[in-house]
Amino acid sequence: MRADYPPNVKLIRVPCTGRVDTVHLIKAFEEGVDGVYVAGCLEGECHYLVGNLRAKKRVQYVKEILAKIGINPERLQMYNLSAAMGSRFVEIAKEMTEKVRELGPSPVKTGSGREV
Amino acid sequence: MIVAEQKPLEEILEMIKDYEKIILVGCKGCVAVCAAGGEKEVQFLASAIRTARKAEGRDIEIREVTLERQCDPEYVEQIRGFVGEYQAILSIACGVGVQYMAEHYPRIPALPGLNTSFMGGAEEQGIWSERCQGCGQCVLHLTGGICPITRCSKSLLNGPCGGSTNGKCEINPEVPCGWQLIIDRLKALGEFPKRYLENNPPKDWSTSRDGGPRKIIREDLRR
Amino acid sequence: MNTESRLEKVLRAGHFAVTSECGPPRGADPEAIRRKGELLKGVVDAVNVTDCQTSVVRMSSLSSCLILKEMGFDPILQMVTRDRNRIAIQSDILGAAALGINNILCLSGDHQRFGDHPQAKNVYDLDSIQLIMTVKKMRDEGKFLSGEELTKPPRLFIGAAANPFADPFEIRALRLAKKVAAGAQFIQTQCIYNLKRFEEWMKQVVDMGLHEKVYILAGVTPMKSVGMARYMQKMVPGMDVPEEIITRLKGVPKEKQPEEGIKICIEQIERLKEMEGIRGVHIMAIEWEEKVREIAEGAGLLPRPDV
Repeated sequence: MRADYPPNVKLIRVPCTGRVDTVHLIKAFEEGVDGVYVAGCLEGECHYLVGNLRAKKRVQYVKEILAKIGINPERLQMYNLSAAMGSRFVEIAKEMTEKVRELGPSPVKTGSGREV
Repeated sequence: MIVAEQKPLEEILEMIKDYEKIILVGCKGCVAVCAAGGEKEVQFLASAIRTARKAEGRDIEIREVTLERQCDPEYVEQIRGFVGEYQAILSIACGVGVQYMAEHYPRIPALPGLNTSFMGGAEEQGIWSERCQGCGQCVLHLTGGICPITRCSKSLLNGPCGGSTNGKCEINPEVPCGWQLIIDRLKALGEFPKRYLENNPPKDWSTSRDGGPRKIIREDLRR
Repeated sequence: MNTESRLEKVLRAGHFAVTSECGPPRGADPEAIRRKGELLKGVVDAVNVTDCQTSVVRMSSLSSCLILKEMGFDPILQMVTRDRNRIAIQSDILGAAALGINNILCLSGDHQRFGDHPQAKNVYDLDSIQLIMTVKKMRDEGKFLSGEELTKPPRLFIGAAANPFADPFEIRALRLAKKVAAGAQFIQTQCIYNLKRFEEWMKQVVDMGLHEKVYILAGVTPMKSVGMARYMQKMVPGMDVPEEIITRLKGVPKEKQPEEGIKICIEQIERLKEMEGIRGVHIMAIEWEEKVREIAEGAGLLPRPDV
């Protein structure tokens, strides 16, 4: 499709979002990443049946932990789309980038204390 | 197995707030099975703590270790070589493990990262419930294999009480009435109403926690 | 073996007994009990004093019983096993008997979850049936649970509660059989609204011959309002309030509902009087004790007989 998406988005490919562990998500924030989103198949269309549902729960869990730590849980999101939805993919990348830009750098980078 | 759950993160952060160098010790036993203190949980918790510290502009060094069990001296000893370099031991084993840490390394504060709750098993993935209170005098053969001490909120031996409603306990509609379960089971075993009509005498609690801290010794196994 | 209990004498003589209950105050005020007692003078054969009902701290049943005894009543000491172990229980049994209390009602007690101190440790060293066994052993064998002899046996008329409306329905008569086997001599039931279901229970009880082994007093509680009826229907475990009662109460204007509630109660007592195996009525008018006299009078139960 050759559409452009913001260059600040780093893609990590997994065979299914069910492969994403809570540890991966928290470590990303530990490293100082400003935002993370998990993009999985549409609900009901997971090739591995429920991988994306597991991912959804794990994302929810880590959002709660982020809130406890004082990091805005909005920095972590789950999205669902199919492999064919190229323009939606770009839309999401732009949406997250905008959101994170608005929130500013992660407190982990700045060490300035709780943002929520 | 022993079932525990992690203390709220804020409580753990408060416990370690004065330390800059800690050792976080997990356990591959019971707490790994109930996803509270195994190797994965060690990784996650360490990362969460470091993230929290960084966010407040502070630092913390966390040594991550997961032992086979924390209730056996030989495994607890495995950290002796380096534990002295740390200001505190944050153990996410059950209460037994935390105490073993304290006993073996008395000069280093041993902090509990978990709230240890009960002896139980998995009902399904992600749900564990209590089955045994460790009374020391098992009578499961008399109650159709269902423990009245544990599963009846009042530990009645001649239940149910008048609060049993639709097979649920008066304290919580999600808790099954232990005695309803026992009666159903006695029926399935063909022991109802005969077994039910027998009045069970008062229990000897001296073999349970009430009698004081317990110990079991097997002379045939000692060196 | 006979005790000094007036309730026992009334029942043995074949009269239809009347009991009621007093809830002690949430403070150290003996007048609160005396006031309630005044309302029941000449109305009851014996009066229950509840033991921290619904796990809410109140003045102790034993002390309240003594106050009522001093007023001339025959009190029934309600004792739950939730809060005290077998040592304290046997001690209180001796104390009650020494103070001239002649009746004890043996209960397990509501879980402390319902009360004002849900963080308390619960005891339940014994259950209600084991408590009955304990009193019986002390009275008839002159022995403590440990098997050792005591010096002077407590002479207490032993009672227990029955809830025909709790689940599972099928074991409710069996449970009564267990209590009778343990030594219960009189029973007070949970308050009855569903007479049909109660009759079914009584039929099982009579079939097992239990009505001849234990004196059964049927519990009744007058409804003050539709609100109260609804609350009891929905919020109280082990309570069966048929919709007809609520409909009937709704059929009268709000100010008339208490009167209607009393009428319903009296009608219930009339029906219960006719039932085989029912040897008395236990009128529980919680925080409405002033109505007990009216109910007893309306049901033709006054004056109480001389025994």
